[in-house]
Amino acid sequence: MMEYLTTRKDDLVGWVRKFSLFPYPFVTACCGMEFMSVSSTLYDTDRFGAALPRFTPRQSDLLMVVGTVSHKQAQVIKKIYDQMCEPKWVMAFGACATSGGFYRNYAVLQGVDKVIPVDIYVPGCPPRPETVIDAILMLQEKIANDHHPILPYEQQTPPRV
Amino acid sequence: MMNETLTTALAPLVDRSWDSFGMPVLELQVAQLMPVVQRLRTEFGFTLFLDVTTVDYPARQPRFDVVYHFMSAQHRSRVRLKLQVSEEAPVVPTLTGIFGSARYMEREVHDMYGIRFDGNADLRPILLYEGFVGHPLRKDYPMEQEQPIVPYRK
Amino acid sequence: MSGVEFKPPVSSWLEEAADPNHVVVNIGPSHPATHGTIQIIAEIDGESVKRADIHCGYLHRGFEKEAEHHTYHNVIPYTDRLNYCSALNNNFAYADAVEQLLGIELTPRCIVLRTLLSEYNRIADHVTCVAASVMEMGGMTAFLYLMTVRDYIFEHLNHLTGARLTYSYVRIGGLARDLPDGWLERLEEVLVFTEEYVARIHGMLDRNRIFIGRTRNVAKMTPEHALNWGYTGPILRSTGLAMDLRKDSPYLAYPELDFEVPVGIKGDNYDRYYVRMCEIDESISMVRQCVQMLKPGPVSVKDPRVMLPEKQLVYNQIESLIHHFKLVMDGIQVPAGEIYVSHEAPNGELGFYLISDGSGRPYKLHVRSPSFSHMGGMHTLLEGYQVSDIVPTFGSMNMIGGECDR
Repeated sequence: MMEYLTTRKDDLVGWVRKFSLFPYPFVTACCGMEFMSVSSTLYDTDRFGAALPRFTPRQSDLLMVVGTVSHKQAQVIKKIYDQMCEPKWVMAFGACATSGGFYRNYAVLQGVDKVIPVDIYVPGCPPRPETVIDAILMLQEKIANDHHPILPYEQQTPPRV
Repeated sequence: MMNETLTTALAPLVDRSWDSFGMPVLELQVAQLMPVVQRLRTEFGFTLFLDVTTVDYPARQPRFDVVYHFMSAQHRSRVRLKLQVSEEAPVVPTLTGIFGSARYMEREVHDMYGIRFDGNADLRPILLYEGFVGHPLRKDYPMEQEQPIVPYRK
Repeated sequence: MSGVEFKPPVSSWLEEAADPNHVVVNIGPSHPATHGTIQIIAEIDGESVKRADIHCGYLHRGFEKEAEHHTYHNVIPYTDRLNYCSALNNNFAYADAVEQLLGIELTPRCIVLRTLLSEYNRIADHVTCVAASVMEMGGMTAFLYLMTVRDYIFEHLNHLTGARLTYSYVRIGGLARDLPDGWLERLEEVLVFTEEYVARIHGMLDRNRIFIGRTRNVAKMTPEHALNWGYTGPILRSTGLAMDLRKDSPYLAYPELDFEVPVGIKGDNYDRYYVRMCEIDESISMVRQCVQMLKPGPVSVKDPRVMLPEKQLVYNQIESLIHHFKLVMDGIQVPAGEIYVSHEAPNGELGFYLISDGSGRPYKLHVRSPSFSHMGGMHTLLEGYQVSDIVPTFGSMNMIGGECDR
């Protein structure tokens, strides 16, 4: 009985959470231009319940790392990730955030996953808006199928480091 | 026209001068930098400080070339100054007293090549960060040598 | 909370306020009002900024180091990502530097096409700048209108170059390919659309009381001040000094074009906005003139030093195969020399200082980026004004991280 309840609860919570993504765009570089396109008229991510950018990490649950992250910036992004409340997801937007892109030198962090855990990677330099929308849909699917421990007796997920 | 007047007028102060794709180039000693820049500014109207950078020739003595570009808003022409600076004493006088825009540019050159600008009190890192060892644009700095601030995840 | 203790990467001389009644606030490097990663540390007295310290470098990607390790053709994608709002202008300026060292004469069609595309991309850049700065002041409608214009331009350039933003369309000695069918017809449609929407923006903003209140007489400067701090481009022109490289030292097809250089009066935020809007009009007119000047012909020179041989010959002739191999592996062999080439990018004077030692890679490639010098003097425009004026001032300076920090 309890197990049955738990599975149905996960479905419900997942369904609720997937349509209320509040992204925090951490815009650093070129991909920011595409992010502007994604969130404005022609592509309009409002349709997927992931529109309203929250410009404070404390109110958002999706951290979009948009663009190249340099070593100088890595501690800023780590700080922002730590400030976000659970549950939180991270999207690496573009080749540079995913792997450093075609920058392989002293200044550029080779992928933001060296510093914070990433849920979804978006390829492209910069990605086309359609790719980003597809990524948001895939992330929503991932959230819907995830385990959401919110009841008191459930094992809370340990903080990911 | 303008270029010839300039090179003849400044000939006593410079070591060598030539023309590079329509732009006069003046090579001079470090000690002559301030008088030349002053005269460029007052007599020829070079009021726009475009750029300063450095070129590294590891095999050469002295090792560095410090290169300045100026533009004259009056005559709409440009000039390039070159100084040779050794690795042991990489010091040139600052131009921040004459041009405000030299402030950031000199910080960048100090960051990237380790050239010190005598008289510029604010030589904090600008493109790099505190704790970065070495000067990445010198030819002997390996391109892929990273110096991360944040420890990586396991 | 796990995590490292946060220590600013560069210390500021404003860590503590000089006056006990003043407060030091930190804005950035990730802040909704700074579209770009910049950190402004300001000492404020009540609402007015007393001193400001501006930190950039959060997007330093080692462009110059990368350029020294890549062949001349491989550097082209890196130049795209300097000013990513107007990648084509960067492409053309870089290619111009290499071509002048090689002594290549471009074909007439290539010259006109490069001029056309520079101006077309300039429209996109100015549109982005106005849109972003207006959005930060709360003008969401203007932002959405201008984003629509920009997306049409991007999609249109995508048809030509294959990418929406980072085009890499130039080749040393020409262009990657000729115009596809129907491109010029669509160009006229986009221009008409742009004109209509730019007129709407004029109607919305020019006499808007809130907009004027936040921009008029804010961050004023004189031409002398602008020159002292190394400002070029629309920011310098907004002070009333008509300095434009397209007029002063014309390159590409600019000598044959009929255009004016719009200037401002006071050099305040409103003038910077208005100069950009006027430049959009001029650019539209220049694009139309270029379309008229466009004659059929090859877009690339037939110079074996820089151009790959035809694919058919590569498969059938050993000489062409070796030639192809050498060009791809060793790169273009540029004669030794040094050159400084500057173009009028949308933000100001974009200069490439290139030194070649005769090998296939640049010995040194330095960029004189307009944004970097604009940031060097921005504290003078913030000091004495209010905290809320930081947002429109920063927006009107159009700082582009990739170009500023390289």
